[in-house]
Amino acid sequence: MNAVAPGFAEPVLAAQATFRTVMEAMARPGTIRRLAGVDAPAPLSPAAAAIALTLLDYETPFWLDAPLAASGEVARFISFHTGARVTADPADAAFAFVAAPAAAPPFTSFAQGSAEYPDRSTTLVLQVADLADGDGMVLRGPGIAGTRQLAASPLPANFLEQLADNRAQFPRGIDILLAASDAVAGMPRSLHVAGG
Amino acid sequence: MNAPAYNFAYLDEQTKRMIRRAILKAIAIPGYQVPFASREMPMPYGWGTGGVQVTASILGPDDVLKVIDQGSDDTTNAVSIRKFFAKTAGVRTTTRTGEASIIQTRHRIPETPLTEDQILVFQVPIPEPLRFLEPRETETRRMHALADYGLMHVKLYEDIARHGHIATTYAYPVKVDGRYVMDPSPTPKFDNPKMDDFAALQLFGAGREKRIYAIPPHTNVVSLDFEDHPFEPSRTPKSCALCGADDTYLDEVVTDDKGGRLFVCSDSDYCEERRGAEQAK
Repeated sequence: MNAVAPGFAEPVLAAQATFRTVMEAMARPGTIRRLAGVDAPAPLSPAAAAIALTLLDYETPFWLDAPLAASGEVARFISFHTGARVTADPADAAFAFVAAPAAAPPFTSFAQGSAEYPDRSTTLVLQVADLADGDGMVLRGPGIAGTRQLAASPLPANFLEQLADNRAQFPRGIDILLAASDAVAGMPRSLHVAGG
Repeated sequence: MNAPAYNFAYLDEQTKRMIRRAILKAIAIPGYQVPFASREMPMPYGWGTGGVQVTASILGPDDVLKVIDQGSDDTTNAVSIRKFFAKTAGVRTTTRTGEASIIQTRHRIPETPLTEDQILVFQVPIPEPLRFLEPRETETRRMHALADYGLMHVKLYEDIARHGHIATTYAYPVKVDGRYVMDPSPTPKFDNPKMDDFAALQLFGAGREKRIYAIPPHTNVVSLDFEDHPFEPSRTPKSCALCGADDTYLDEVVTDDKGGRLFVCSDSDYCEERRGAEQAK
């Protein structure tokens, strides 16, 4: 077995910087925020790895899609650094990491929270190759003055329909972080999304 | 040994992670109170332990922190919290609203409009707007789940029946993005209109009650009212005795035991900046 790759060089300050970036991304959906990533076993992207090391611990079971789960190295890396345990049941996951969004399971298979406790839901980290503002989805909702445009690829099948269904059951639903290699954009459940 | 006996910004990393996750959920569900495992802090409940925990979890070494209590930078609570973070995080502090990247506040929103790059952290004593109408948490939680806010409207109606107008002057309930009814913390209702389409992120921390909630920037925030009794932000119809402002929220100061009194801006920094600008002329 290979040694586990090191995590943050400065865990306290790096976690703070990463969190602020993710918080700004969630608070202003569709804006693209630069995020200093951390080297991790492929196919976990540096940005997704930084998000994992910042937000996960023993309280947050995580789920990995097939490409991430394949080698076992990714789960070992995350568990070693955070103490979080991997789960095979997406409905049990506080965080889910997806390296191949096109093959992602339907959003409804993840934890949706309850009407009384809508916060008990999964946050989905989708690794995307491209993230750009403009000429894609049209977003509106809390955090956006008017509308904002966002383009990302690849995305899950029937992404817009799934987002509409997710919004329809508000306040229940999942939240999404789109993680490119060195950037992140937030898509909270409060968002209204139309096609571009 | 010069090593500090505490972590950056006092809280341990696991606590920060737990609070950070709660903040992200709070932002995603505007106005919803996210339960969190509030810690004991080196100050009593009621002195802003919720706000302090939120600030400690978002604060970075490059931040500039301002703390106000009832609008003032100079009260015990504000001074103590500013010193606390200067000591435990080594951050720069300020009393200038424009210079701060994070502003922790007790019961006021600054008069100077905030920018996109700032964050406002509220200290909240009772986060549940329905608590004095329905003491059971299980019931208030059900009411929020069903968006059943009839009881709140009955309360406001009873105000009108008794006093001829809505007599609630602070902690005036708001509806966030058309869904959750939220307590804006005991800010005067004068500040309520500022919350709507606010440029900065607003975070609320209630330490004793263990709740965190949020209003993302540019979110629709409406004060509850009736068509025939529309919401009215109230202020004392005077001008500030120090800077002359006639559009700010005023504190009444008793000056002697013969009924003497004067009114001054509650936002001490805003008042000082106005007087500084006047002198410069």
